[in-house]
Amino acid sequence: MDDEPLILAFCCHYCAYAAADLAGSMRLQYPGNVRVLRLPCTGKLEVNYLLAAFERGIDGVIVAGCLEGGCHFLEGNLRARRRVERARQLLSEIGLEPERLEMFNLSSAEGTRFAEIVTIMVQRIKRLGKSPLRPDPIHVEQGVQEIGRQAEAML
Amino acid sequence: MIVADRKKVPEIRDMVKNHQRVLLVGCGTCVTVCLAGGEREVGILGSALRMSLRLQGRGDITVDECTIERQCEDAFIDVLAQRVAEYDAICSLGCGAGVQALAERFPKLPVYPGLNTQFMGILESQGVWTEKCAGCGNCRLGEFAGICPITRCAKHMLNGPCGGSQQGKCEVNADLPCAWQLIFERAGALGILERFDEIVPPHDWSTGLDGGPRKVVREDQCIAGLGPQA
Repeated sequence: MDDEPLILAFCCHYCAYAAADLAGSMRLQYPGNVRVLRLPCTGKLEVNYLLAAFERGIDGVIVAGCLEGGCHFLEGNLRARRRVERARQLLSEIGLEPERLEMFNLSSAEGTRFAEIVTIMVQRIKRLGKSPLRPDPIHVEQGVQEIGRQAEAML
Repeated sequence: MIVADRKKVPEIRDMVKNHQRVLLVGCGTCVTVCLAGGEREVGILGSALRMSLRLQGRGDITVDECTIERQCEDAFIDVLAQRVAEYDAICSLGCGAGVQALAERFPKLPVYPGLNTQFMGILESQGVWTEKCAGCGNCRLGEFAGICPITRCAKHMLNGPCGGSQQGKCEVNADLPCAWQLIFERAGALGILERFDEIVPPHDWSTGLDGGPRKVVREDQCIAGLGPQA
């Protein structure tokens, strides 16, 4: 696991989280490098959540929200996209590859797409290499749990 | 309100990189409203700055965060007094007044600006702020239908428009509305266009910044016996 990238996926409850569930029900195979955090909507996402993930040594971050026009809260996913863009600019400023962060849109029926997104990101992060901010793997996993707890506490 | 925007992370990193313990101090007033230096922005900068320092091999530097209600008033800085003893530098996410207030209060600590203070302005639309007041110390908005030619005309003309006003836009920038076009339109709507038949005399700049930093004194509010020096 030491050499495997660790990816955090912020998933909207109404689409990507359900799609991840469906991918499991469909017995689809995708890399086990992803840790899923459920949000009520990607509009809940703040720039500091994304930076907190990288600060704790996560190698890549997926933000997965509803298809554009299909947000349960009308425009949460559109706001999330702008925040992701801002976080990417910040990553660029500090000298970390912005490609480590990407937003995807999918519906709850797209289990196959979810598996595909995880595969795409894992391949991309393997190409970029491990995050230079990465401590040992145990601490990264602890970081994921910490972000999860913080996100839960904010709900 | 005072409008500011954040300096780039590498610039801030280079300012603080020779210190060991840095406190980022946000301000809960104007710069919170213009989304430059409030609690959330301090958190974002703190995270970005720590990562940037680690990538430069200076992960040993501690960067902590706090936000006070108002940096430009000494009474609100009180809450920081004990905490700053643990740090060897402050990076303020307040406006220029806030940075200087902290510097005056903590004479032994270097205080660095995390923001570029831009102007006094208003929220034009979500995420867009525009300059409205130059703080010239001699307000004449009443003469110009409530639109300031000193701030909003690129040439600060008191008898405009100039020949560069084209289809309501300024020649300096095609996106910039001509202040004098706005003044005449509003004056026309208010029925006070005849006001502009007369040449407006030159502005009295003695109240402006050219005479050095200005001071406003309200004797009745000063502490009795101490006067404006208190």
